[in-house]
Amino acid sequence: MRIADKFAELKGKNEKALIAYVCAGDPSAEATKEIVHALVKGGADIVELGLPFSDPVADGPTIQAASTRALAAGMNPDIYFEMAASIKENVPLVCMTYYNLIYKRGTVKFAKDCAEAGITGIIVPDLPAEEADELQDSCKENGVDLIFLITPVTTGKRMEKNLEKTSGFVYIVSRLGVTGERVDVAESTKNILAGIDTEVPKAVGFGISNGKQAAEVIKAGADAFIVGSAFVNIIASGEDVNERVEKLASELKESCR
Amino acid sequence: MKKAMYGKFGGQFVPEVLMPALTELEEAYNRYKDDPKFLEELDYYMKEFAGRETPLYFARNLSKKYGIKIYLKREDLVHGGAHKLNNTLGQALLAKYMGKTRIIAETGAGQHGTATAMAAANMGFESEVYMGAKDVMRQHMNVYRMELMGCKVHSVESGSKTLKDAINEALRDWVTNVENTHYLIGSVVGPHPYPMIVRDFQSVIGKEVKEQIMEKEGRYPDSIVACAGGGSNAMGIFHPFIDDKDVKLFPVEAGGKEMKTTEKEALHSASLCVGEEGILQGAHTLILQDKYGQILESSSVSAGLDYSGVGPELAYLADIGRITPCSISDDEALEAFYELSRLEGIIPALESSHAVAYVMKMAKTRELGDLVVINLSGRGDKDLETVFKLKEEEEKEACQ
Repeated sequence: MRIADKFAELKGKNEKALIAYVCAGDPSAEATKEIVHALVKGGADIVELGLPFSDPVADGPTIQAASTRALAAGMNPDIYFEMAASIKENVPLVCMTYYNLIYKRGTVKFAKDCAEAGITGIIVPDLPAEEADELQDSCKENGVDLIFLITPVTTGKRMEKNLEKTSGFVYIVSRLGVTGERVDVAESTKNILAGIDTEVPKAVGFGISNGKQAAEVIKAGADAFIVGSAFVNIIASGEDVNERVEKLASELKESCR
Repeated sequence: MKKAMYGKFGGQFVPEVLMPALTELEEAYNRYKDDPKFLEELDYYMKEFAGRETPLYFARNLSKKYGIKIYLKREDLVHGGAHKLNNTLGQALLAKYMGKTRIIAETGAGQHGTATAMAAANMGFESEVYMGAKDVMRQHMNVYRMELMGCKVHSVESGSKTLKDAINEALRDWVTNVENTHYLIGSVVGPHPYPMIVRDFQSVIGKEVKEQIMEKEGRYPDSIVACAGGGSNAMGIFHPFIDDKDVKLFPVEAGGKEMKTTEKEALHSASLCVGEEGILQGAHTLILQDKYGQILESSSVSAGLDYSGVGPELAYLADIGRITPCSISDDEALEAFYELSRLEGIIPALESSHAVAYVMKMAKTRELGDLVVINLSGRGDKDLETVFKLKEEEEKEACQ
């Protein structure tokens, strides 16, 4: 499913989107499929499937640890695409990974593999707009959205350029730093949302872990919010994972109705 | 060619949040690099604090034994015991001009961390250094040195617990504190403009060699040999000679236990010799990686060379054939460590021992010519414990 179709569907229902992140292959490819099912059952509208990289510089300790577990359990891009292809949920799947894995596979092949596996968006946290032309061309050819990021220090021309380049949605990084749960959503998020002028849906991520925070960013003007580490922590605990993941997804979705 | 590129190598593959900081750094560097006041101040620090210029020493006994003229560029005599201070003084001064109040750095052997702590203490910065837990263990004297100078040292427990992981952690700090913090990268690696800035500040080595060798020999050397992990001492001594095509340039990488790469790890750190193109820590360069692009853990007896990547400009110079990458094993480096100590009364760093070892190995092949300069990038005091431990193990094995 294309991301734009999902947002159109939600708009019709006057709903905002919950985007859930999990690291593929943590603790196994099979488990990830079940977790994705639980997320969607709970109310996730879009699922970000992390493709783990050995050196995830934009991630905090929670997702670093998940990446290490997934790699140790044997996850690799071949298995990743096979697994994604076998997921039959009615939501867009988005691949989040680091650029070397894409470069090594070849940008053309990577975008094609995404399209064939039913992945309709790609987020690359270490690929700024300046370096993204090659991948963007491949994505366009294959009908895959390449999603760019806006941070609290992305201003002026950079902001314009990133908004112009992004498709599917724009990923708004709520604060300076790496991924991971935080007590409050930074004031800067509200400032960015207020200052942004775009038709593309605005999704806020980095640090959101509960319904209260989700409600705040929705109130501030976001079309979607991204929750990762809170789900990954449940998965890491290994206890009643599917039930608890579904429950958290459902609570988060409820908080922004 | 894009300004950030060396041929197809280089670039700025970093999180969006760092892009404005890289632009700010590049603009500041371009503003101050020819500014008379900045240069005068840097010159003062180089002379009075770092102890430059360093001698170009004719290694009489080594030359006699190996049958060619060998000079040592004595960067081991720079304050702190390695070439690293050339760069940290330059960047710290730049950070001061930029109005930053805090400096962070990564370190492998602890030499760059120590040099950062020195520059930071002297110029009044708050400083924090990230160091792989494995390196903290094998180089703990350097940890004490940094702490003595008021620097906070973070032991990094992730990944291979060496330099690569220290850089990851420093980058994570920087994305969080980018507004008041300068990330003082210690080698010619990372996103543009770092490879250029570090090279320029280290080029003082090669500039001095040019004048000194003309004075002593009336000509340029046939070869220059320098060890290369990330490659800052190599780029520093090579760069002023790049256009002097008759001077052969040899970066010596760590061959580790053997030049073997498995699916899980490399038993060496020789990215220039056998690495493949990829993206690591901000740059398109040559890296040690598996078939999917996961970064492999590297290995070397010397912490300062133990890195899975290499500076993009070195990758470019190797690609166009201007430099000749080569490697030296742990054992060969140790032999050179003993040899130089005994013959010249100079204890080299294990890193620099790789360069010495290459000259010892190649002297009789005439490949290097008659007149060779080795960049003796650091002194070996920091390595005594490592060397003694290895010796003990060897003796134990011999008894069994």
